[in-house]
Amino acid sequence: MRQFDVEVKVWLKPSVFDPQGHAVHGALVSLGFEGAGEVRIGKFIQMQLEAEDEEAASRQVEEMCQKVLANPVMETYAFAIRERGQ
Amino acid sequence: MRWAVVVFPGSNCDRDAEQAIRLITGDPVDLVWHDADDLSAYDAIVLPGGFSYGDYLRAGAIARFSPVVRAVAREAERGKPVLGICNGFQILTESGLLPGALLANDHLQFRCEIAKLRVETNDSPFTRLYEPGEIIRIPVAHGEGRYHADAEVVEELRRTGRVAFRYVENPNGSVDDIAGILNARRNVLGLMPHPERAVIDWMGSEDGIRMFQSIRAHVEEGLAHA
Repeated sequence: MRQFDVEVKVWLKPSVFDPQGHAVHGALVSLGFEGAGEVRIGKFIQMQLEAEDEEAASRQVEEMCQKVLANPVMETYAFAIRERGQ
Repeated sequence: MRWAVVVFPGSNCDRDAEQAIRLITGDPVDLVWHDADDLSAYDAIVLPGGFSYGDYLRAGAIARFSPVVRAVAREAERGKPVLGICNGFQILTESGLLPGALLANDHLQFRCEIAKLRVETNDSPFTRLYEPGEIIRIPVAHGEGRYHADAEVVEELRRTGRVAFRYVENPNGSVDDIAGILNARRNVLGLMPHPERAVIDWMGSEDGIRMFQSIRAHVEEGLAHA
């Protein structure tokens, strides 16, 4: 078995209003960062994973995202996998 | 009839629900711990409010995987009434027993106040003793009560009369002012407001009483025909 480092990002779908992002955007603009555009706030998940190969690891993470880490009704996700020590 | 009130680590309205049901119906009520895997002895099941498993990841996300929620799904499949209040509603959507999801309130404030609701249907085990269109007063207490579903789902809920309650003044940004919805079979209700907190005069409203009486009337009728 090989060891992988996984990084998962989860955030609200573009169609869903993100009040946190909206509030932070307001704060940035009031601080003088007038160029700040739409802000979206999400979650960042780090995980260690043991799997046969990268494909198996990727398959498992995809399933984790679908079943637990994200709620596809309101969220979307992306992940990156890197073999440890490489 | 016998009622189950499910208790998760982090539930905090379980005793309120238990007391309200005892007071109103006089029926036996069991507080059932989250590791129970069989609820077949019960005629009605309540998922109470609180912060199950700390609401880690998302409200209701971890509770969904507990043995008791699988048992709740089995009893719902058998047609028994399942009432999810607040965090219970969040657990029902996370587990797929009800469509949609509950998000942080659009203004990010925790809202704790008596809300006016419009009863949209009395065609359900939970609302049969209300009048359609009736305005009732039930407290809300939540930070994540913004009901969200895609346009198709909302349209289907509307078309099939499965929006049980709407807010008269939307306190959280819920789509279509939705406060509570039914499943297709109409035996699962999830709502953000707390009917168990509106059952005695000093609570400021007694409008929650009829929800528990409705469930009781529904079950007793079924038992009489069994």
